[in-house]
Amino acid sequence: MKSLANLSQRTWWIVGGVLVVVAALLPLLNLSIPGVLPGATYTPGTLQLLALALLFASLALSYHLLFGTAGMLSFGHALYFALGAYGLGIVLQQTELTLIPALGLTLAVVIAAAYLLGSLSLRVTGISFAMVTLAFAQAGNVLVRRNPGLTGGEEGLRLDTEHIPDFFIGVVNTRNLYWLSLALLVVVFVVVAWFENSRAGHAVTATRENELRVRVLGLRPFGVKLMAFVIASVLASLVGMVHLLLQSGTTPRATSADFTLTILVIVVLGGVGSRWGAIVGGIIYTLLDQRLTALASSDAIDGLPAILRIPLSEPLFILGTLFILVVLFLPGGIAGAVKRLSTGTSATPSERKLLEEAE
Amino acid sequence: MSTIILLLITGLGLGALYFLVASGLSLIYGLMGVLNFAHGSFLTLGAFAGWELSRRMGGESWGTLIASMLLGMVVGAAVAAATEFLLIRRLYNRHIEQVLVTVGLALATVALFEGIWGTDPIYVTAPPWLSQTTEILGARVPNDRFLMIGAAVLVLLGIVAFLRYTRFGLIIRAGVENRSMVTALGIDVRKAFTVVFAIGGAAAGLGGVLASHYFGYVSPQLGGSLLIFAFIVTVIGGLGSLAGAAIASVVVAILQQFANYFWGGTGDLMVVLLLAVVLLVRPTGILGKKA
Repeated sequence: MKSLANLSQRTWWIVGGVLVVVAALLPLLNLSIPGVLPGATYTPGTLQLLALALLFASLALSYHLLFGTAGMLSFGHALYFALGAYGLGIVLQQTELTLIPALGLTLAVVIAAAYLLGSLSLRVTGISFAMVTLAFAQAGNVLVRRNPGLTGGEEGLRLDTEHIPDFFIGVVNTRNLYWLSLALLVVVFVVVAWFENSRAGHAVTATRENELRVRVLGLRPFGVKLMAFVIASVLASLVGMVHLLLQSGTTPRATSADFTLTILVIVVLGGVGSRWGAIVGGIIYTLLDQRLTALASSDAIDGLPAILRIPLSEPLFILGTLFILVVLFLPGGIAGAVKRLSTGTSATPSERKLLEEAE
Repeated sequence: MSTIILLLITGLGLGALYFLVASGLSLIYGLMGVLNFAHGSFLTLGAFAGWELSRRMGGESWGTLIASMLLGMVVGAAVAAATEFLLIRRLYNRHIEQVLVTVGLALATVALFEGIWGTDPIYVTAPPWLSQTTEILGARVPNDRFLMIGAAVLVLLGIVAFLRYTRFGLIIRAGVENRSMVTALGIDVRKAFTVVFAIGGAAAGLGGVLASHYFGYVSPQLGGSLLIFAFIVTVIGGLGSLAGAAIASVVVAILQQFANYFWGGTGDLMVVLLLAVVLLVRPTGILGKKA
């Protein structure tokens, strides 16, 4: 990642700034990209999809902090997303708090939970860590499904709009939610970049590379790893809260192991260890998912013989296969491929090493 | 008293299922360091293969049941060996990427199963004896539990005998201890990888057929739900330890049954709590190697 930006780190920030401004102007423009977007960019449907894409980009960035930077392969990241979404939803439903205090209360719960579960899971490393986080997330999944009174059970939780400002409610105001999602992406990006460049970030990267050596140097890896874990969890919960507002509710799918795997797929597709890769991966994934679902129910697929129709009508099958192919043949994901194209080198030892030493 | 006996035997039956999944996971992890997320798909495929067979042959007879169990094992073993050969082997020694490939495979295959067989559970038919009960010390125990326990014990004995008395078993045991040393002695460990995957797949496929009789149905999600508990079992038992997996399967399943009965359906949560306690007290698991 460093070599990608070594010549022109400032240029990259400027490019990013321009992209944010362009993205912010999209709801005011009448652009159509047939085949990619369902309609012109000012229509609520398209803005909803774009906002979702931005949220997935933010979520992927938060996971990048965990997996790419700190090298912690977590299978329970969805838990914190769900904690944000369900937490805010439940607080809004059960109490008389308005949006901002409710946000604050949920955040406090998330921080406490992430701190507690993080310090417990970080007692083990590598694959055990992955399984432990998976188990905790599964417990969350069980809790959500077993308490229909509080969480809506299988039906999902509907957003109680009584205490939410009017400019976030209704189809007409989708663009406000779009801007909120964009702002969140910027915040998440800045926090992640700041953490990666801070002393704690360097320590955590060093721990990823060689934990023993960090210990020998007299540093304590546990603290910085826990810090990365809590920050990533809090960012994920923020994404969950905005997701709740955008979708006017949340479903138990947000707590499932499949959802975490989806985030992992996004990060690997985009390129492990690359902030831009995570964002691009999140946006491409959302658009691809939406397009593939549209494709699956289209007439063209319906007319095919069963042997082609069945696989092609399952978006997850196509995504899963694509994912396997990327892991096998495109180490470093999209970001790695772009870098190879631009620098003309074929080998990407750094990404490969990154993946390996994450274990 | 009769309730406790019923819970114990039911727990043993469920533990047998966990063990059938966890044994493969644990062996594969011990030898190759691969956490196999696609293991649940091997199980589901075995269950569907068994169901397809019993649908065609009429599920009431014992012959069909045994044939479907054998078919489940063969299908599980074949798919697992193919997975190792086509996907895992290409990423030799790159553990995280191996995990990612199995994650992709799990996502893709579950979607494929949903495409082929639909998302709804399909109910299975079994020999009538299995749905009857036997009275033991006053407890009326469903007979299918004995089938699970018997099958799991046979698998455990089979794997132990295989590891102890065959040449491949020797290589696998040595490979779990120190893989680079085995390679340095001029033995091709990679063949053992395929064998281990096939054994794990066979156990999972058998587990799939049995699970379809335990729960009474097959669905594309069957493997995924068992896999999570199998993961917990392998961590509690100690990664790479077969005996640990056996002990932990029984402990986890019995705890789950008792908690579900006495503490109002909190079994799943108790299992996670047990995992947390084990990690706090002994991070390497009951019989795990020292980290």
